[in-house]
Amino acid sequence: MTETEIEAKVLELVADQLGLARAEVSRESDFDKLGDSLDKTELMMAFEDAFDVSIPDETAAGVRTIGDAVALIREHIAAKQAEV
Amino acid sequence: MSKIQRTITLRRVVVTGMGALTDIGLSAPATWAAMKEGKNGVDTITAFHMPEDWPVRFAGQVKGWDPAPLIDFKEQKRMDRFAMMAIGAADEAARDSGFDFKSGDPYRHGVMIGSGVGGILSTEEAHGKLLQGGVRKVSPFTVPRLMVNAAAGQVSIRFNLRGPNCATATACASSGHAIGTAYHAIQRGDADVVLAGGSEAAVGQLCIGTFAAMKALSTRNDTPTIASRPFDKDRDGFVLAEGAAVLVLEDLEHAKARGAHIYAELLGYGVCGDAYHIAAPDEHGSGAFMAMTFALRDAQLNATDVDYINAHGTSTPLGDAAEVSSVKRLFGDHAYKLCMSSTKSMTGHGLGAAGGIESIAAIMAVTENIVPPTINLDNPSEGFDLNFVAKTAQERPVRIALNNTFGFGGHNVSLCFGQFED
Repeated sequence: MTETEIEAKVLELVADQLGLARAEVSRESDFDKLGDSLDKTELMMAFEDAFDVSIPDETAAGVRTIGDAVALIREHIAAKQAEV
Repeated sequence: MSKIQRTITLRRVVVTGMGALTDIGLSAPATWAAMKEGKNGVDTITAFHMPEDWPVRFAGQVKGWDPAPLIDFKEQKRMDRFAMMAIGAADEAARDSGFDFKSGDPYRHGVMIGSGVGGILSTEEAHGKLLQGGVRKVSPFTVPRLMVNAAAGQVSIRFNLRGPNCATATACASSGHAIGTAYHAIQRGDADVVLAGGSEAAVGQLCIGTFAAMKALSTRNDTPTIASRPFDKDRDGFVLAEGAAVLVLEDLEHAKARGAHIYAELLGYGVCGDAYHIAAPDEHGSGAFMAMTFALRDAQLNATDVDYINAHGTSTPLGDAAEVSSVKRLFGDHAYKLCMSSTKSMTGHGLGAAGGIESIAAIMAVTENIVPPTINLDNPSEGFDLNFVAKTAQERPVRIALNNTFGFGGHNVSLCFGQFED
């Protein structure tokens, strides 16, 4: 999965879960501005489901923007593939 | 320190707005109109799959109500259906009152909204996910959804109510206590306007299954539309129902100053506990007797002043008998002059919402001088010889009406509403 594909999927999930138009979210969007901590927690769970990865809470705490999330998911996918 | 001295002049409390979502109407006027027509709201459950081998497969469901115009997608995720329905009823009540909750001091505006089982649908859903996928699959919105006080909290946010804010949880008496607590707050001067009532959205497998396990529910699966039959000799338990109802209670002078329409006055609030059994009244209905006695004392009225009793009347064998017995003893000869109906015959039993829904019936009875009926009452039980307003509404003068609600746990509430006379 390429970074562009990951980003597209993440943007789609964020827009859907927060009831926003796609144009309202971008790589630079800040989770704290998009919603509260509960929204962010729910999104992290959605990312785990969608990409079949497990993101530890400590790591998730450092994610500030959608771009951060995309990078983190990419790392986790790569690490998983390396294991296989 | 000088000795504390307190002298409180109690203020009068009036009803200036009403809102409701029930299985017989999606507003307070629609619910009242349906009650006058004797409409039934109970039917086979359609909201979710009900296995054929379940002992109870019917309920009163609020159908056709869409929260979306009031509550956006993001907010809906934070709310169980019971909190959304509370917002629906509160929004209607607020609009009906004509009071602008954005005006004035928000610390003078309060909310008391009770519920029997709160966000039980969310509890059930979360537990399913926990068992299936483990703790990491549980929604972070679960706690804000399932809290029994979530409706009061959400309504306070919606209307910026920063005064007294509380949720009562006394099972089927929750609304009665909420309305009574709001009445005390306004009487004492702690608040000028309070949104008060109850909400319940418990029609799910967990709630049906657990009440069925108690043998508390009617099992008339083949004839659900006639299952709720308070006072009838063939009654076999209550029918679970969804619903929400909210009143705008207001200090009389505050209401007059803004030229508000006044439906009725809340004259009395009587409460007591059974200290007897966790889920049954004593056979004489001592709790009902004392709650009505205290409501009349608070209202400074005599038993002979009462024209109508909106009974708790849930259609259970024990509960109805105890209530009828208490009314006969308390009112004596007058018991045969007043009338007593159970609107649960139409709506089913909305648990924590019941007292709110039925307060609307009592308020409209004194407003229009019409008593709503007890439908499905074909053959009253032996000794049940009062005017239960069987089948059809009756037009008659109603100056004073009581609304009774009694909850598991032995919580008894009687509210006394009267025609407003300045």
